[in-house]
Amino acid sequence: MFEILEKKCLNPTVTLMRIYAPRIAKKAEPGQFIILRTDESGERIPLTIADYDRENGSVTIIFQIVGATTEKLNHMNEGECLHDFVGPLGRATETDGLKKVAVVGGGVGCAIALPVAKKLHELGVEVHSIVGFRNKDLVILEDEFRAASSKFVLMSDDGSAGEKGLVTDALKKLIDSGEKYDRVITIGPLIMMKFVCKLTKEYDIPTVASMNPIMIDGTGMCGGCRLTVGGETKFACVDGPEFDGHLIDFDEAMARGAMYRQFERKAHEETCNLFREVK
Amino acid sequence: MADMTSKRNAMPVQEADVRNRNFSEVALGYTEEQAVAEANRCLNCKNKPCTSGCPVQIDIPAFIAEVAKGDFEAAYKVITKSSSLPAVCGRVCPQETQCESKCVRGIKGEPVAIGRIERFVADWHNANSTAALEKPAPNGHKAAVIGSGPSGLACAGDLAKMGYDVTVFEALHVAGGVLSYGIPEFRLPKTIVQKEIDGLRALGVKIETNTVVGKTVSVDELMQDEGFESVFIGSGAGLPRFMNIKGENLNGVYSANEFLTRINLMKAYREDSSTPIRAGAKAVIVGGGNVAMDAARCAKRLGADVTIVYRRTENELPARAEEVEHAKEEGIAFRFLTNPTEIKADEKGWSKSIVCQEMELSEPDASGRAKPVPKKDAFIELDADCIIMSIGTSPNPLIKSTTSGLDTQKWGGIIADEDGKTSKDGVYAGGDAVTGAATVILAMGAGKKAAAAMDRFMQGK
Ligand SMILES: Cc1cc2nc3c(=O)[nH]c(=O)nc-3n(C[C@H](O)[C@H](O)[C@H](O)COP(=O)(O)OP(=O)(O)OC[C@H]3O[C@@H](n4cnc5c(N)ncnc54)[C@H](O)[C@@H]3O)c2cc1C
Ligand SMILES: Cc1cc2nc3c(=O)[nH]c(=O)nc-3n(C[C@H](O)[C@H](O)[C@H](O)COP(=O)(O)OP(=O)(O)OC[C@H]3O[C@@H](n4cnc5c(N)ncnc54)[C@H](O)[C@@H]3O)c2cc1C
Ligand code: FES
Repeated sequence: MFEILEKKCLNPTVTLMRIYAPRIAKKAEPGQFIILRTDESGERIPLTIADYDRENGSVTIIFQIVGATTEKLNHMNEGECLHDFVGPLGRATETDGLKKVAVVGGGVGCAIALPVAKKLHELGVEVHSIVGFRNKDLVILEDEFRAASSKFVLMSDDGSAGEKGLVTDALKKLIDSGEKYDRVITIGPLIMMKFVCKLTKEYDIPTVASMNPIMIDGTGMCGGCRLTVGGETKFACVDGPEFDGHLIDFDEAMARGAMYRQFERKAHEETCNLFREVK
Repeated sequence: MADMTSKRNAMPVQEADVRNRNFSEVALGYTEEQAVAEANRCLNCKNKPCTSGCPVQIDIPAFIAEVAKGDFEAAYKVITKSSSLPAVCGRVCPQETQCESKCVRGIKGEPVAIGRIERFVADWHNANSTAALEKPAPNGHKAAVIGSGPSGLACAGDLAKMGYDVTVFEALHVAGGVLSYGIPEFRLPKTIVQKEIDGLRALGVKIETNTVVGKTVSVDELMQDEGFESVFIGSGAGLPRFMNIKGENLNGVYSANEFLTRINLMKAYREDSSTPIRAGAKAVIVGGGNVAMDAARCAKRLGADVTIVYRRTENELPARAEEVEHAKEEGIAFRFLTNPTEIKADEKGWSKSIVCQEMELSEPDASGRAKPVPKKDAFIELDADCIIMSIGTSPNPLIKSTTSGLDTQKWGGIIADEDGKTSKDGVYAGGDAVTGAATVILAMGAGKKAAAAMDRFMQGK
């Protein structure tokens, strides 16, 4: 069984959990993800492998509470077991030949970006991290990012943490100041990634975006996770989750991500009510 | 003397306009009296034409004779000499093109309802048999099975009965393969699949769900590090095909695999499931196989007005005849000689309609098959806020790309001989992973053959 070994609240809406899953810990690489179910009738949801420990067989996930399943997950505690936990899925981040990389993360996307930044840093790549949050209460993993980057820029929408502004402002400033990146890696809300890619396209800097469409099986069996990349249909779970950001049809991805919004809102409300009643 | 009535005993079913709103089983099964009466229609032909039509050569006249005598357990024993999944095959085999197509009674009237009798026998056994499964003495050898569809289940069962220590690795959280995630409850109740799986567990088979071979662990690692002497690959043909037409990635467009997985595996039709599903008001299903029929009938049960669009004619529909008949009774419309060319969107990015071109059949080619060819400038547009593509699947490339020395066909099928032996020593394969999308009985048969070959391989080592 997949026991929750550790649970830590990173901010009011973001939680870290370390899960016992030795087979997955043995194989995991940065950029890959798992799919879990909290209980017998639960939905399958994908979460990135934020960290792993091959020795003690644990896999770390960091998730934002956005709906019914993440709400349920957040109500589970150390010592309890997840019903299902499968992985590592997807392709690992490609790091070959990189010398200087800008990692641009937004919100909980920073949890997905951190293992990538760490791996690059360990490989001796010069990493500049630009991370953005709505306000200072939502900032996560700041120390971890600082440790993995030779340059670290913190941005917030309201200026309550770091500089006021968007991650694209910070990235543009660095590029204009003469920083030469051989790749930009961006992970965060679709709208943010869309604008990061638009910017880097202007400067002709190769850019990789990590996509998070709705998934079910995560093995290439359903096609629910499909995206259009360079005019071709790709399955994010097996061909990705990282793709050439300059070729992704972000508008289509945004529409697909909203496919079940009504159902999700209702399910989230119901779950919240349930937990309120229990209390 | 056989009962010479030309008509077979009708199968009791749920009323069409009741069942098209629920997910309970459609065909209710013969009573003892009906089974015996139908068995009495068998002429017990000496040359057993029906058996020659069965992909696993069940001794059909022998088991029917036992049913006629009322010895249902004896009938069950006859069937299980050749088949591991009679409760499943009795329900889903395309009998009309196999055993029943060879039945002598079919020349002047209707063939003996072999599938229905088989189903009765298996259900009777499951409900009444008290014989406890005996765990065989272990023979000290370890074998792995990848995939828990009919091929994997059959292979694991036979190996376990010979005393092997068998572990089945399954990518999904539930075992059963297509039997669990593809074929709907109203055609194949999941309790029946579960019963087969419980039976394997009772034989000592270990089933590790949530294990994607090629990701979580590789075939090479299973053999080198985990001590499995032989491996069977029964990973199916689960990769959905799309048509590559405009609008196919719009909201509201599903692959049949996704639609059926949400319903069957994730139980999205039930109130207590957290997984959403949406069949819309007007659903169009593209395709003509069993998968298309299942998707259509599920969409109907979720409240949609359903049309099946197929590019050939009714005569070429590859689905089981009974499913087509049931679909029609349930109020599903068919449009033949119609082929989609584009899906149009509404202003919010959802599918709104599907444009199709009318087709006509060409003269039959050398293989005798008539090809559908588009009629010039003959287009129709059908309203559709849900579109389900069921135009076929192919084997997933994952295992091939992560296993050293495993040869495959260009289209992805694993290359294996009659016994399932592949290009890699000790590795066997069967079912849809080898043949491409086929049938339950062929997959089951391939699993059994491979088990016998794996036994010879491991004993010869
Ligand atoms: C490869 C990948 C890696 C991810 N990594 C992380 C991560 O490390 N941390 C994190 O917080 N989130 C991550 N996500 C997003 C996470 O899966 C969703 O937030 C989660 O599924 C929401 O479930 P819910 O029931 O709580 O919310 P819901 O109310 O169901 O959904 C909220 C939003 O999440 C998305 N979503 C819903 N269901 C799914 C699903 N089955 N699969 C994917 N997205 C879905 C939808 O866009 C929806 O609008 C990742 C997604 C993918 C595809
Ligand atoms: C909707 C539908 C309806 C059908 N109706 C009929 C019918 O009426 N009659 C009939 O005879 N046939 C029917 N078929 C076809 C029949 O179900 C298949 O031919 C049969 O199930 C094939 O069996 P299999 O064991 O080869 O593979 P599958 O049943 O496909 O099972 C393969 C299993 O392997 C698992 N797997 C795949 N890759 C990996 C991996 N890397 N690691 C671990 N596990 C893996 C999969 O998750 C799956 O569980 C239907 C198929 C579908 C989809
Ligand atoms: S999640 Fe089903 S194919 Fe990607």
